[in-house]
Amino acid sequence: MDRYVKQRMGFAFLTACAIAVVAPILVVIGLIFIEGAKAVSLEFISAVPYGGMKEGGIFPAIVGTLILTVGTALASIPVGVAGTIYLAEYARDTWMTRAIRLAIVNLAGIPSIVYGLFGLGMFVLFLHMGTSILAGVLTLAIMTLPVIISTSEEALRAVPMEFRTVSASLGGTRWQGIRYIVLPQAMPGIITGIILGLLRAAGETAPILFTVAAFYLPQLPRSPFDQVMALPYHLYVISTQVPGMPMSVQYGTALVLLILVLSMNLIATVIRSYFRRRRQW
Amino acid sequence: MVEKKVSAENINYFYGGNQALRDVSLGVPAHSVTVFFGPAGGGKTTLLRLINRLNDMVENTRMTGRILLDNKNIYDEDVDVAILRRRVGMVFALPLPLPGTIRENVTYGLKLAGMRDGHRIAEILEKSLVQAAIWDEIKDRLDSPASSLSGGQQQRLCIARSLALEPEVLLLDEPTSGLDPISTRKVEDSLQELKQLYTIIIVPHSIQQAARVADQAAFFLMGDLIEYRPGTEIFTTPRDKRTEDYITGRFG
Repeated sequence: MDRYVKQRMGFAFLTACAIAVVAPILVVIGLIFIEGAKAVSLEFISAVPYGGMKEGGIFPAIVGTLILTVGTALASIPVGVAGTIYLAEYARDTWMTRAIRLAIVNLAGIPSIVYGLFGLGMFVLFLHMGTSILAGVLTLAIMTLPVIISTSEEALRAVPMEFRTVSASLGGTRWQGIRYIVLPQAMPGIITGIILGLLRAAGETAPILFTVAAFYLPQLPRSPFDQVMALPYHLYVISTQVPGMPMSVQYGTALVLLILVLSMNLIATVIRSYFRRRRQW
Repeated sequence: MVEKKVSAENINYFYGGNQALRDVSLGVPAHSVTVFFGPAGGGKTTLLRLINRLNDMVENTRMTGRILLDNKNIYDEDVDVAILRRRVGMVFALPLPLPGTIRENVTYGLKLAGMRDGHRIAEILEKSLVQAAIWDEIKDRLDSPASSLSGGQQQRLCIARSLALEPEVLLLDEPTSGLDPISTRKVEDSLQELKQLYTIIIVPHSIQQAARVADQAAFFLMGDLIEYRPGTEIFTTPRDKRTEDYITGRFG
């Protein structure tokens, strides 16, 4: 066969694969946008649900998801980034650190329901936090940490060793090299890790199922020991637990969750490209 | 006898099980250019890196012996490594500008040392770039990225970056290996100026360069110091057969 024909066939195959990957996502997003747009209104995003949740809005669930996401960020980013810096820059290469690394990579792949059950056992019951924002946030943070750590560690390791040597040769302490050279260079990668982790936390149902999510709770929380409604769980509830729920409400809820997650993604991408522009090597 | 700025005493150095230096002792006089030369793997770069303790960062290595700077062992417990490295600067084989502008590169070491005085920093910036023979070429674009410079300019920038700390000793590890002859010439010329102010130790990238810049030269072979004598003698009348073979190009 002519090698150019072969090449064209190869390209065609690759294009088909790319389409097969993207098309279902576009269909899903498109469907949610078209169907969900019918339900979404100012009232839908600003009112509390009533009438067996078939009427009113989903305001408490939106607030709940925002609180959980911000809380997860607060709990996981400092620990995750600090831990990563230790692992990548300070820890010596021993069987111990290798085991820790292996564990982190594996933890990133554990099903979220396992984290949910761990959170129930550890925070809700053993530490007596009850079903609360605190327990939910900590559970989500534990699920997020491995993602943040494994992605950030890659980013730190991608910064050439020579920069650290040069910094040291100019009288810098190890920390100064990390602070002024390594971290700024690794920032886009670290932010990517944080985004990936937080997006997963924002959209998951299983970890919050037993630890924080309320079936129906029209008032907003007043303390970290209150429960909240959350969008992913609310979506699950109205799709499976409430008979006769109008489809439009389900689509509307899905659309709001989608927009929330996509806009977080967008903000993060802007931050990341800001840091990337400042990088020069 | 002339006062030695840097002295190595009975240095043995191991990377894992491999011995890179074998009982090496030598003294480097102040305000002169000392050359470490010899074939690859001879230990010259290792010795250079021991003088500002950069090899501390390499795991699984071992050293015996002492290295004295102004008669003080730099491997003593009470030595602050960061301050030592300010006194003993290093320029690497590959020009490696840090991310950021030309100005940021030259003043990086000052920032690390905690200098805040803007006037003083500006003074040092200009003085270092002049000493490294690059000021005229880049004085109008100090805030462009350092990576936009040519290879030869980058290497002189790296020299300026070390000079900004006003070190007492300047270590240069094949500083011209990636440079064209004209840039090489500029760097070599500036060494002759710089030795008035600093003590310079250089691993040259060729024997010709060694002969051009050396006040005294040390020949290293497989971890042994073979011969260490004034440059005017060692390159014309080497005493050791192995030095002669290397200089005349019979091996290496």
